[in-house]
Amino acid sequence: MEGAAELAISLRGVTKRFGAITAVDGLDLDVPAGICMGLLGPNGAGKSTTMRLLTAQAIADAGEITVLGCPIPTHSKLARAQMGVVPQQDNLDAELTVRANLEVFARLYRVPRREREAVVERALRAAQLAGRADTQVDKLSGGMRRRLLIGRGLVHQPRLVLLDEPTVGLDPQVRQELWSLIDALRARGVTVLMSTHYIEEAERLADDVAMMSHGSVVARDAPGKLISEHAGETVMEYFGPPDRLAEVERLARQAGMATRRAGPSVSVLRAEQMPPSLLERLQDSAARRPANLEDVFVTLTGESVE
Amino acid sequence: MTAADSRPVPSTRKLRWIEPSALDGVLFHDLTIFRRYWASTTFSSVVEPTIYLLAFGFGFGSLVAVVAGYSYIDFLGTGIVATAVLFSSAFAGMFQTFIRRVYQKTYDAMLAAPVDTHELVTGEALWIGLRAGVFGCAPMLVAIGFGLDPSPGMLLVPLIGFLTGFGFGLFGIWMSAIVPGIDSFNYVISALLTPLFLVAGTFFPLDTLPDWAIVASQFNPLYHCVELVRHAVFGLRPLLDLWHVAALSIFAGLMWLLGCRAMRRRLID
Repeated sequence: MEGAAELAISLRGVTKRFGAITAVDGLDLDVPAGICMGLLGPNGAGKSTTMRLLTAQAIADAGEITVLGCPIPTHSKLARAQMGVVPQQDNLDAELTVRANLEVFARLYRVPRREREAVVERALRAAQLAGRADTQVDKLSGGMRRRLLIGRGLVHQPRLVLLDEPTVGLDPQVRQELWSLIDALRARGVTVLMSTHYIEEAERLADDVAMMSHGSVVARDAPGKLISEHAGETVMEYFGPPDRLAEVERLARQAGMATRRAGPSVSVLRAEQMPPSLLERLQDSAARRPANLEDVFVTLTGESVE
Repeated sequence: MTAADSRPVPSTRKLRWIEPSALDGVLFHDLTIFRRYWASTTFSSVVEPTIYLLAFGFGFGSLVAVVAGYSYIDFLGTGIVATAVLFSSAFAGMFQTFIRRVYQKTYDAMLAAPVDTHELVTGEALWIGLRAGVFGCAPMLVAIGFGLDPSPGMLLVPLIGFLTGFGFGLFGIWMSAIVPGIDSFNYVISALLTPLFLVAGTFFPLDTLPDWAIVASQFNPLYHCVELVRHAVFGLRPLLDLWHVAALSIFAGLMWLLGCRAMRRRLID
């Protein structure tokens, strides 16, 4: 099992169905060790199911999965011993204190007795909850509970961390705190697989982004490369009444430019390549902004991420 | 965090089918929660069978002096141990397991760690069995206060309570995984547990029942618990008691298989 050490995760043709619904559809994905990989996609794209397949909490109908060199589900327990999981849904034990939650998982993760106290203290510090160690979990704020979920996933110093929508529903300040925490993991060489539907989160944290739609990966590369390849450098975003937006779309397409609708606006991709005559005709109610992963995702799938 | 901190703690040795650390983690979790709720849990598990003991003891006891060769308080004091074990194990297996699986998602968190469903089920049932072994002694101690003579065999009662509680805890876990909702436990309690509890030889000897009921009682695990407790207190009957232990072990083994299978279906997609 040591031979595949350079790949922390490998999925080959993985399919998972729930009745008539195919949640994961022939998924191929490699995650090299030591990087932070973002799984980007809207709700229902198959991100959470993929996470559960990696922990063998869901069993694939077809395909091969290897995690940290262990074939899944055959040797999933060995893989789980070396990975930390931060679920999307808060499943902390609200009846216990912060410390007790960590102690339970230090035992489940086979941390030797003599090291348990130290690893719990370390997880408390990592989660910035050392001052709340003896507080019962149901007295914590949402942000603190999220930090504790991350601390619980790190209690055994895992080689791989799975983060399922780590900042969903949190306010911007708490989100920034968690990003610092995740960034520190990446800096230490821990492999991180993070599912998210927040564009900024994927751009800020991920070395590589895999865009998921309808259970499979539609594009995968470094965020900057994905953006420059599929959306260019800048985007012109036009606002106005429906007639005006339709006109912008028509004129842009006539000039060979790619466009996308986003609610009350139309975006023209690769704005840096717009002919000056077109720019002049469409200069009203426009805003130029840098292209982002949302532009890429919508261009590739026709869906919105958030 | 320092560089020294970044060394992964767990080794990558091959993991066993049942890992002691998994059972340790599950038991520690249960013990930690028990420390918080021990007073209310102990109160309900001890007081309820004690009330039965007092009510039936004073009620029937004033009408019936001797039952099956025992004074009624001796007969009841030993029989009601099984009731305490049943109450503290089957109910915990059903309600506690259902709440942790469905509402608290505790098991989802544990199964993301190196814990398999059969370890989770075994750990939960071990804790329920341990607790039932202790709580089962309460009515017997009360009965001593009312005249039951202490005997060395009473030291076996916690073990009998543990074995029975382990089986009924697993029964509860199995039920919790096959019922569609928490209200369905009403059917289990009324249609299954109450008849088991009434025809186990707790309140009256089974030889007063029709022959078919006596045969059917052999399939009632609680009957074997009642018989074992009485024999432990008043004198063991080795061959017969081996059969009772075997029957309780078969029950526990069957419930373990059914409980693990049903929980796996519920917890693993």
